[in-house]
Amino acid sequence: MKFGVVIFPGSNCDSDMIHVLGQVVGHEVVEIWHKDTKLQDFTEEDCIVLPGGFSYGDYLRCGAIASHSPIMKEVIKFANRGGYVLGVCNGFQILCESGLLPGALLRNHSQKFICKNVYLKTQTTNSAITKGIPTGGVLKIPIAHAEGRYYADDYTILDLIQNDQILFKYSDEQGVTNDDSNPNGSLEGIAGICNKNRNVFGMMPHPERAAETILGNTDGLQLFNSLTASVLT
Amino acid sequence: MQTTNALSTLKMAQDLGLLESEFESIKVILGRTPNFTELSIFSVMWSEHCSYKNSIKWLKTLPREGNLLLVEAGEENAGLVDIGDGLACAFKIESHNHPSAIEPFQGAATGVGGIHRDIFTMGARPIAALNSLRFGDIANKHTQHLMKGVVSGISHYGNCFGVPTVGGEVYFNECYNQNILVNAMSVGIVKVGETVSAISCGVGNPIYIVGSATGKDGIHGATFASADLTEDSKEDLPAVQVGDPFQEKLLLEASLEAIKTGAIVGMQDMGAAGITCSTSEMSAKGESGMIIYLDKVPTRQPNMKPFEILLSESQERMLIVCEKGREADLEAVFDKWDLECAVIGKVTDTKRIEYYLNGELVADVPAEPLVLGGGAPVYDRAYTEPAYLKALNAFNENDIPELDLKTSALTLVASPNIASKRWVYEQYDSMVRTNTITTNAPSDAAIIRIKGSSKVLAVTTDCNSAYVYADPYKGTMIAVAEAARNIVCSGGTPVAITNCLNFGNPYNTEVYWQFVHAIKGMGEACRKFNTPVTGGNVSFYNQTVLKDTTEPVFPTPTIGMLGILDDISAHMTLDFKAVGHSIYLVGRNDQNTISGSEYLRVVHGVNKSPIPSFDLEEEFQFQEVLKGIIGKKLVASAHDISEGGLFIALLESGLPSDQGFTIQLQGIKGRKDGILFGESQSKAIVTVDELNEAAFIQQLKEHNQSYTKLGTTTDGEIRIDDINFGKITDWKKQYLTSIEKQLH
Repeated sequence: MKFGVVIFPGSNCDSDMIHVLGQVVGHEVVEIWHKDTKLQDFTEEDCIVLPGGFSYGDYLRCGAIASHSPIMKEVIKFANRGGYVLGVCNGFQILCESGLLPGALLRNHSQKFICKNVYLKTQTTNSAITKGIPTGGVLKIPIAHAEGRYYADDYTILDLIQNDQILFKYSDEQGVTNDDSNPNGSLEGIAGICNKNRNVFGMMPHPERAAETILGNTDGLQLFNSLTASVLT
Repeated sequence: MQTTNALSTLKMAQDLGLLESEFESIKVILGRTPNFTELSIFSVMWSEHCSYKNSIKWLKTLPREGNLLLVEAGEENAGLVDIGDGLACAFKIESHNHPSAIEPFQGAATGVGGIHRDIFTMGARPIAALNSLRFGDIANKHTQHLMKGVVSGISHYGNCFGVPTVGGEVYFNECYNQNILVNAMSVGIVKVGETVSAISCGVGNPIYIVGSATGKDGIHGATFASADLTEDSKEDLPAVQVGDPFQEKLLLEASLEAIKTGAIVGMQDMGAAGITCSTSEMSAKGESGMIIYLDKVPTRQPNMKPFEILLSESQERMLIVCEKGREADLEAVFDKWDLECAVIGKVTDTKRIEYYLNGELVADVPAEPLVLGGGAPVYDRAYTEPAYLKALNAFNENDIPELDLKTSALTLVASPNIASKRWVYEQYDSMVRTNTITTNAPSDAAIIRIKGSSKVLAVTTDCNSAYVYADPYKGTMIAVAEAARNIVCSGGTPVAITNCLNFGNPYNTEVYWQFVHAIKGMGEACRKFNTPVTGGNVSFYNQTVLKDTTEPVFPTPTIGMLGILDDISAHMTLDFKAVGHSIYLVGRNDQNTISGSEYLRVVHGVNKSPIPSFDLEEEFQFQEVLKGIIGKKLVASAHDISEGGLFIALLESGLPSDQGFTIQLQGIKGRKDGILFGESQSKAIVTVDELNEAAFIQQLKEHNQSYTKLGTTTDGEIRIDDINFGKITDWKKQYLTSIEKQLH
């Protein structure tokens, strides 16, 4: 399995993601420039990653400009032919803006940027990225965003629930999900979702920031291990 | 010479902040009367901000050499320290006080941008940021406005730029009511031998301006920073720059990529005094000259005047001298990153800088006389001992009653100077670049791993300005000592410092007395800890208008210190590890004064008292012993005692794991409030596992280090001399939420 990490101008979690996928998870990683217009070297067993950051400065709605970049046309085609796509933080925002995932990420309820460790309760094991996580598993993974409040209309939310597309909800350490454990006011406490075909994943928390023993937290590694294990088996 | 560019008069010079003697010197240097553009050039280059004319004499007394220093203080844009494994660390702290007092969001944001540029213009990649902030009384609406603006400005710029904010400090005191202090520090890493110098040489080499276009923002910013902040300073709003962190991120990546091409001869960022400063400093350093065509500078609006282009402090720009013939290599990089990259001139051998606009020579100035270390003026200012010290030293703690300890502790924990700064730091991305060890393993200094090396950095900023006010000499020693103590408690070895010297008006002899004594104390402490000064910044003219008077801010010489850990296993954390561990106080227990403490200020309302006890030699010996017991892994946690005293230190160690403590103070000399809340220096609390206790005590005895066994850690209960102080979780709530409760 090969990973391609897209670098937009303003991406700033690209090198973190490349480090974890390459040095920690131990897979081949290819850097993809935002002006590139071809992804023909990637098969359906590979994964394109949209990292966090402030693509194009995020001076319009977050992720809005990036969703129209040359590379995104290819990423959309790649996803539609069944390839895996993971968007983290700004990457999640780009996936929503480009229509690969439903809903939108609005400004946090507090109106402020929030960076801290949060807990996530895994909602389904029916996805490549959560398959290896014990049912109901609680993960400690940090968030770092000002626009992370997941929002969608009632119909879309219902659809997400019925199709088992919610991957993670914000919770407390014990896995209880309520208003106190919801850091940004996301509807249903949603922290991450997948598409109906279950090959496109988006999440606000940063698993790549919780993937090394030296950092005192390896919970995020479970996602990458789950993804690579499910694709390889 | 352009006819519209009229000759200057003394009045014009004075309006630009120059002295009559300085105007006369300029005429001698040029051999004629300068025109307005030339006068503007001299006025910014000879401003306090660029020339250090009122401080350089004393700065030169600081220790600036050490075997790990790769460049000497002031030689490049930031200090450079050899950290081993073929790597060097560039680091520097700088103030952005006046802009932040006028426009807190942009002022603080561009402060962050400016200091990062100082680091990457040397070829180093910034990997961590810290900031040291001083605000007025938190109950004051204006303070809250400034605080919210500054924090969101730092958050906006730093988070987007993608460098984690890993540490810093926030203090409140009414002396900063209008004149807040915003000191930003950047830490970067570069391979030894791959740095770039801020130099211009090689006749005929093309000179490029890269990054943002030049606008009318920040004109005379350096002059603005070199005058008293007054009620009318709001009128100077155009002197505040506007930042664009996205441009800076592109400029960072493009600059580092451009360096790799080998086509760059020299590079300098544009900060204070813009093109003027970068062209003259680079030329002076290379003993060369330049011809600059101002009409080739990309501008944001048409018809900008020569002095506007020259003095603009528009952000996110660099001046690059490129090797002739390698232009295409350089241009390709900036083209890739969609950044402006324009040739604006060439290197000459005249040692003069000739600025042309549309074919006309608008200014012709020699480089050397403009710059610090060259011909810029150097002054020896008079100083007198401040009158306030007499009243302050008359303080007698026997006049202060001892109140109920638990009630006092509750008041202390709610003080914004003591309470958690969570409201502030959660707005900063502290984890991007995935090097921040202290996210999940808290310690007194921030700990940063370096990918590809086993070496680990420890960084901290420290200054208790109330101590410096009470005793500039010893108070500044304490600032250095505390920074070193934080690094030692984290398992590191202090290596070097950068400083940000925030003072009042240097022409006020009492202010200058504070400055001189602070520098003396700093020098002595830095020599003791073998932490040379690698550079920094001086910010004078900080003052606040109070009810009846105008008062200088507390003298605030902020210390940014760098330490090194050989590898991550050396890291020591501050949190209690297990219930039942013994708690020891390392350090003397017989000097329990309440003088100078936060307790005395917030519980008793006494603002003026001498500093708590401190002896430099004792502090040094104490830190050597601490290094030994931490290095031998004899302790499970270590945390220094600072503001709030023993009680707050114990609380802070208990919070991460929700553990409490039960301690006995009987047998310790002195008043109880002094023991619990006093701030006498050279003390730390450590916890020890039973298995290590004998070896730990033996180690202390061998070195004649005073210590006291206080008690043990508990599963959450806090008990002092058998008085129940409640649960740690209740204290945690108070500690974490106090600041947000006081903001409206």
